[in-house]
Amino acid sequence: MIPLIEREVVDTHHWVSREEILDILAVAQSLPGAIAINSSTLIGYKMAGKTGALISTLGMVLPSFLIILIIAMVFSAFQENEWVRTAFVGIRAAVVGLIVIAGYNMFKAAVKDKIGIGILVVTLFLLFLLDVHPILLLIGGAGFGILLYILFPEKGRGSR
Amino acid sequence: MIIELFSIFFKIGLFSFGGGYAMIPMIRNEIVSRGWLTAEGFANIVGIAEMTPGPIAINMATFVGFKTIGFFGSVAATLGVVMPSVLLILLISKIFFKYQSHPIKQGLFYGMRPVIVGLILSAAYFMAETSLFIVKPGEWTGNFLSQVDWVSVGIALLTVVGIRKYKLHPILLLGVGGAIRIGLKFVGV
Repeated sequence: MIPLIEREVVDTHHWVSREEILDILAVAQSLPGAIAINSSTLIGYKMAGKTGALISTLGMVLPSFLIILIIAMVFSAFQENEWVRTAFVGIRAAVVGLIVIAGYNMFKAAVKDKIGIGILVVTLFLLFLLDVHPILLLIGGAGFGILLYILFPEKGRGSR
Repeated sequence: MIIELFSIFFKIGLFSFGGGYAMIPMIRNEIVSRGWLTAEGFANIVGIAEMTPGPIAINMATFVGFKTIGFFGSVAATLGVVMPSVLLILLISKIFFKYQSHPIKQGLFYGMRPVIVGLILSAAYFMAETSLFIVKPGEWTGNFLSQVDWVSVGIALLTVVGIRKYKLHPILLLGVGGAIRIGLKFVGV
């Protein structure tokens, strides 16, 4: 979806420059939420202030919302059907494969050193054995990372 | 309940770093543990969110909201999950542009990214537990291997190989997974 946004706002409409879009995408990735939504909100905000942000967010969310709404209604009507259930046994199995790949890709991109592996191991331990809430783990990881950078600014820069 | 649903998804939206998959353990933690959805029902929603265009995060929120309360539930959940990013952008995006390469921000993500990996792995575990076994999670008895649904394991492996090795489209592989099951049922296996 990101290349589509880039083409529309940079090449077709010339709303933002190629350089600006890189900045916008970088910020969109560091904010919580879907990158596509964040980028469209940022672009809208940049072009037309608060109204622009709201309008472009709405434009981005509405299609998914409506499509899912229709699918949800249809699915609710057919979910007890034997054949639909059978198909979903297979679809769910394929989803396992997709998430494993996403986890592997994220691991390669995110875990760069022993400290990263340590954070991952602690996360898994707390998540599976002590049932700690994922949000607490995210805050903990972020806090630990910030602490590391404050205590060892040199080392931190080196490990990037 | 509708306000509770909104605030749950607001909370999830505020912390949904690293894409839709990292949200799976949060939704499981908040929605499935409240008994608003079964594990299998939620796993189905993940499958549908995956097959539908648009961000997985939005798709999941809309669907979970619909399944729990209906139309207004889907509005509440979708608004909830989107609102934190919109508010952050309206209020503090200037700071983000200014400090994009600040060491503190880099430290924050340095520490948070491995946690996101952990959350995605736990999402994979949750989906595997609800999808790759003949019996429901928590009802495992006796010989572990005899309760594995080997066809499903095969479909999961096929999906991994199809994407990594042959660069096939995920939606195609989800379709193949469904089709294999339908085909097997049709011939009576």
